[in-house]
Formats: sequence, structure tokens, C-alpha cells
Amino acid sequence: MAHFTKATSIKDWLNQRLAIETVERVMMSEYWIPKNINFLWAMGMVLVITFALLLVSGIFLLMYYQPHVDTAFYSVNYTIMREVDFGWLWRHVHGVAASVVFLIIYIHMFTGIYYGSYKKGREMIWVSGMLLFVAFSAEAFSGYMLPWGQMSYWAGMVITNLFSGGSLHADGLVEWIRGDYVPAQAFLTRFFMLHVLLIPLAIIGLIGLHFGALRIPHVNNQDGEEIDFDKEAKKYLAGDKAGSKVMRFANDFMSKDMMVVGIYLIFFFYLVFWNYGFAMDAVNFDPADGLKTPAHIYPEWYFLWSYEILRPFSVDIGLVAFGFAQVIFVLLPWLDRSPNTVPANRRGLFAIWFWVMLINLIVLTAMGKLPPEGMFSQIGFVSAIVFIVQWLMLPFITMFEKKV
Amino acid sequence: MKNKEPLILAVVVIFSLITYYLVEPYAHHVMHKHVESEHFAYADLPALAANGDATRGQDLVMGAGACTGCHSIEAAGMPAAMEPQDAAASYGVNPPDLSNVGVIFDERFLADLIKNPAHALKVEHKFTAESGKMHPMSAFAGAGGDIDQEVADMVAYLKSIAIKAEDVTPKIAYENACGRCHAMSYEKWTQIGEKPSFKDKKDALAFDIKVLQYEDSLKAYMGKLPPDLSMYIRSRGEHFVSTFIENPQAQLEGTAMPRVGVTAEMAEKVIEHMQDSGDTKRAERESIGMNVMIYIIIFAIFALLWKKQVWRDLH
Repeated sequence: MAHFTKATSIKDWLNQRLAIETVERVMMSEYWIPKNINFLWAMGMVLVITFALLLVSGIFLLMYYQPHVDTAFYSVNYTIMREVDFGWLWRHVHGVAASVVFLIIYIHMFTGIYYGSYKKGREMIWVSGMLLFVAFSAEAFSGYMLPWGQMSYWAGMVITNLFSGGSLHADGLVEWIRGDYVPAQAFLTRFFMLHVLLIPLAIIGLIGLHFGALRIPHVNNQDGEEIDFDKEAKKYLAGDKAGSKVMRFANDFMSKDMMVVGIYLIFFFYLVFWNYGFAMDAVNFDPADGLKTPAHIYPEWYFLWSYEILRPFSVDIGLVAFGFAQVIFVLLPWLDRSPNTVPANRRGLFAIWFWVMLINLIVLTAMGKLPPEGMFSQIGFVSAIVFIVQWLMLPFITMFEKKV
Repeated sequence: MKNKEPLILAVVVIFSLITYYLVEPYAHHVMHKHVESEHFAYADLPALAANGDATRGQDLVMGAGACTGCHSIEAAGMPAAMEPQDAAASYGVNPPDLSNVGVIFDERFLADLIKNPAHALKVEHKFTAESGKMHPMSAFAGAGGDIDQEVADMVAYLKSIAIKAEDVTPKIAYENACGRCHAMSYEKWTQIGEKPSFKDKKDALAFDIKVLQYEDSLKAYMGKLPPDLSMYIRSRGEHFVSTFIENPQAQLEGTAMPRVGVTAEMAEKVIEHMQDSGDTKRAERESIGMNVMIYIIIFAIFALLWKKQVWRDLH
């Protein structure tokens, strides 16, 4: 057993037992961050804050929500929205945060792709990040079921149907997932469990892994510069704060994080109070009705691009393309054969690849929402092909990339 | 090195806004038919032919017009002859009490309704010769004189007995314009009236049975049960509801829902009542929103100052 002495202060008492000074040093004051980074590097903190908003608002909603097909809609739209003090506020915060969190995730992800932050020792950051994306997607989908409105029911029907595997006709699997032939009580209760327990646990675990994966390779920078962190840290600690290429995570970078968070929250609360329609689909304010299919069924905006990769093809090919789209981003660190960890604008063909990918995903997103008729389905088809071809081309265009 | 952050911010904002524009305003524009409001002018209906005389109108309404054969007029001391569920069994829907129709509905609409109900209500497609069905309200064929004068007299009478427009609450407007077909459970409203709180469960169940009987007749008459409107202001939005009330056929061709015929002022009250059911916290949202914004802006200013202070030594 370790040797304990009589504590001289509360801090000392804690320090002997929890090594709080070491923890503080490792996690905060001597967690070195390069100085040449921009506000996009604060998206991680923005995500943490948004996740905290989701967690807290979710806890309040959980106190009144009833996971029963007969009362779920009522408990949300009457009890929470009308009866509970500030219930409407928690619901709007929860709904808007669930949508905005994906905007930030996409910005965060494309920042990583642009600056090559998935290469040379940073592969696990990328992989754990993509696992977080999958977990957040599952969390968003399961949460969308809970108000038991028309879009909950029909999106639940459509998405669980995907598991029949087209010509495989694995209807048994679909029934197993639903716990019934159609979305009903068993379906609602299990998605409730997933939403409030299992997936949040997975997310919290993955956030830990994502942070841990960052500690050893350090944060990337915007110039593709290789920094000797030990040398620069010594310089900083010796007092040459201005000359060192690195800074402390706290308070140096944290102060910038908080500045970005402050500006972000102005935008966020503007949406919560004045422009929440995009996150709370009107159709879902009609109670679920298994006998009345809505005229247009579409997922929330953040799933539209992958939905559009599924839609323009025949069932089986569509499912294969959809499956491809779901996993391909995870493999990015290995599909990119270039040794360069520099911003995309210095990587020749890869720069074009990046901007085409980004614009094409926006096109797919738009076409995923529009009804698949006439020109929209043709644009969607071409975009889906472009998406797949781009990924197949990636190893080749990066293989011949010149070393910079 | 020059500061690239404004450029990066511009790129992020522009791509986000393009995506937002495409999936929200543009997609909704493509998916939903846009119907312009006609400001409840009822321009397709003729203006009233003559100045009505309320006294003669009273005689017609009570006598030759035969209105009171089916309609109650509580304001004139004529209560309903039947319970709503029994009236619905006869007519499909409970004929409205006429006490306040003069203030709720537009005069052109009322005049046309008296002369040709299916035309005014825009439900002629339901009552074609082939269908063999007749609109439950029989048209007024005239009492021997100038029919337009007679109709104008009746409308004048109905206006004279109605309460003043400013005394019409959103609830009264809703009950008169929508309430005989559409329940609003969040406001305890059923098609046969507000559900009272009963002490005895048997009484509550007896009331529910009457509602179910009424709904059965209504379902047979309309083709399906008209929806509960508790959350319609959120699921359809103000513009849709307003233009749909004005002319259901413009939004949804072939619908069984009749044109409502309310005045512009009453349409606003109907919508206000729907907001009182489906968007009760709109005023609170506005005021709390302002306070939260003030708080967050102060937070952001402090965060900015803190960053400036910390980074002074880093450059």
C-alpha cells in the first residue's frame, strides 16, 4: 500500500488519493496544442457542449415521457409541451440540439478530411470518431421514434424494412428487430431503451476513446507542420510563451474554445426560439396512424445523403450501395495512400476530390428530400454514382501524389 | 501568416446555408402546393342584392324559410329539438345553431348558402346526379317575392341577433366554424360540446357513447372521421390552415371538407384558438428567448475578452 501522510489541505488530501495534480497536468496544463490552428479546432468542444445540452434536456424530458403507443404522443405534445413548466423549452432544446449536433459533426469530419487529420498515428482518432457518428445516428433515429407521430411511425417502418435485405426477403429479421409485424408497442419500448440507456452508454464510452486516441499523436495543425512537442513544450515552460509553437490546452486553447462556444450558443438559441421548424418536422405533429401513409416520407436532413444513395437504384443494388456508403468513410485512413499530412489545397488532385465530395454530398442531401421524380431522380442517380466512383478512385489518385 | 479564419468561416456558413436552403425552403416549395390567400373575399360569390330588412327576415327565418325546422336559434329562445347525436343520425352532421352565424360567417357566403348550400360549401362534387345523394340542407326556393331580397332579409336578421364581433372569443369562433366535425381533445372539445368533468364514471361513459354515436354518423357522412385539431397548428402551419379554411378544394382537390365561409376576422380567431391548443407557450417562448439571448451575448463577450487576455502572451 502507498504511504499516506497527514494532509495539509483538502487539495493535498485529494492529491495523495487521486493524484489530481498529475491529472490536471496531463489533461489540462501540459496537454500541448499547436498554436497554428483555427476555430475549426474548437468543434470538438462545441460538440461536447451540445452533447451536454442533449443529455440535460433529455433527463428532464425523461421525467414526463411515457413509452406507450397510446400515451407517447400525448405525453410529449400535451404533458410536456403544455402542462410541465418549461417542458416546451426542454423539448425544443433537445430537438434542435439533435439536429445541430450533426451539422457540427459534419463540419468536424470535413475539417479532419481537409487537413489530413486521420493519417500517421491519428487513425484511431478517425475510427473512433466514425464510430461516434454511427452511435449518434442510431441515437438520433431511436429518439425520433419516441414522440410516436406519423413520421416516427413511417420512418421506423421504412428503415427497419431495409433489414429484409431486398431479394433475401429476411422478413424474420425485420420482425425480430421490430418485435412485431409492424412498429407497435414492442418496437417503441425497445427503441426507448436504446435511446435512453444503451446507445448513450456507448456514446459516452466512445467519447472517452476518442479523447484518449488524441492524447498520444497530439492534435494536428493547419499547416501540415511536424512539431516536436517535447522541445516546444520545454520552450514554453522556460517562459518563452510567444516563441513556442505550442500552448497549453487549459487555459490557453480553452479560452478560444469558449469564445467559439459563446458565438455558437448565440446561433443555437436563435434556432431554439425562432427557427426550430427544420428540426421538428411538421408531419410528426400528427399522431402515428398505421392506416395513413404520409405523402412524402423522408428522414431528417442529416441522413438524406445516404438515403439518396439507396434510392435511385433497384432494391438490391441500392442496398449494396447504401451499405457501401455507411462503412466507406471509416476506411479513409487506408484508402488514402498518400504520405502527406497537409491541407488538401496542397495535395493536387486530392483537393479536387475533397471539394467534389463535399458538394456532391450536399447535392445528395437535397435530392434525398425532394420527391424522386423527373430531373431530381436523374440528378440523384448521377450523384450516387459520383459518390461511389470517387471512393473507388481515392487509392489511385493518392498513390501517385507527390511528396510535399 | 495572414489570418484565414474569416475565409474559413465564410466557407462553412455558405455551405451550411446552401444545404439549409435546399432541404428546407426549396424542398417544401417543391413538395407542397402553394396557395395564395384570397383574403376571405369570396369573390366567386355575388354580393348581396339588396339591403336586408331584419324584421321581414325574422318572419322568413321562422316561417316560409323553414330554417327552424332543422336549426335551433338559442338567441331567439328556440332550443335544439334533438340531441346532437340524434340530429347527426338524421342529417349526417348536427345542423348548427343560428344564434351567431351572422357574425361568424361572411354575408355573401350565407346568402349563397341559403340559396344553394352545396355550391356555397364547394361540395357539389359529393352531391352529383349520378351519386343520387342530396345535400342534407335543402335550398331555399323563395317565398313568393324577389328571392334575392328575401335572402338579404334573412341574412340581415341573422346579423341582428348575433353577438358583436369583438365579443366573439377564439373559442366561440372555433366551435361555430369547426367544432361540429372536429374534436379538439387538448381543449376537452368533442363534436357534441365540451366534455364536462363527471363525478360518476357511468355519466362519463354515457357521454363518451354519445360522442361515439355522433362520430359514427359523421364518419358515414364525410367518408372518414374529420381529424382532431389539437396539434394542427404545428402539423400544418398557419398559412396552410388559413388557406384551407378559405377554400379546402384549392389545397386538397376533392376533399369532403366544405368551405367554411368565415370572415377574415373570424378566421384569425379560429387560428388563435388552434394556437391556444397546439402552441400554448408562444408568448413565453418569445420572452424567454429574449432573456436567453441577452444572457448568451454577455457570456460570449466575456469569453471573447478572456480569450484576448490569455492570448496576449502567446503571440
